[in-house]
Amino acid sequence: MKNINKKDYEKYVNKKIPKPKIIKNCMWAFVVGGLISTFGQLITNFVIDNGLDEKEAAIATPVILIFLGALFTGLGIYDKLGKKAGAGSIVPITGFANSIVSPAMEFKREGFVLGVAAKMFTVAGPVLVYGFGSSVIVGIIYLLLKR
Amino acid sequence: MDYLKAFLVGGIICVIGQILMDKTKLTPAHVLVLFVTSGVILTAIGIYEPIVEFGGGGATVPLPGFGYSLAKGVIEAVKTDGILGAFTGGISATAGGVAAATVFGYIMAVIFDPKTK
Repeated sequence: MKNINKKDYEKYVNKKIPKPKIIKNCMWAFVVGGLISTFGQLITNFVIDNGLDEKEAAIATPVILIFLGALFTGLGIYDKLGKKAGAGSIVPITGFANSIVSPAMEFKREGFVLGVAAKMFTVAGPVLVYGFGSSVIVGIIYLLLKR
Repeated sequence: MDYLKAFLVGGIICVIGQILMDKTKLTPAHVLVLFVTSGVILTAIGIYEPIVEFGGGGATVPLPGFGYSLAKGVIEAVKTDGILGAFTGGISATAGGVAAATVFGYIMAVIFDPKTK
């Protein structure tokens, strides 16, 4: 009886423990992801106010965010934030920049070709493969449907 | 109001990513790939455009927004250039971001060293 009780207890505990952690993680992700997005909106509005049209702003905003994401990763600030923010710092485009700079810095000792340049794309590479790949497929499907 | 909407939509998209990471065995790399591809597909079937219209930066800053640019670019290019557009459209639309990521990523990685603690 004692054993069964112990197992039941463990099950009960396991069910209970991760939950608050997930909620806490999600709150962090929500706030940080929301703030980075809001900042992106701020940049978009700023460049539009300074004479860019919407299409140009849609290019300028990610370029600026990527610059900042890469810079703060280099300074070691972004990864500190990432420990708390989780997906909130990974999912925005700044996280894409982070995924490029982090491994590239780490593997610098392996040289500038096979270290920095190759490791830059450990995460970004797959993202581009599937992103570019699916866009070409969408283009071809759209072309076929248009006929 | 722009900013509040961006905050909400961006936050929700990141929460979806967080739930995927906590509840499944997906790594951040898997989540990023999944989100970009979802962005492309959702845009192609017309679901993501309304989200962008509502959320602005909240929908375009997270990675599905990268997929949105890819899909939007490719559809516009197919309209004007046909089959060639299918190959150039997505990459042209996102060229700025990809070039920025490559150049700034390289520069920062060379300038800075990892902080070991």
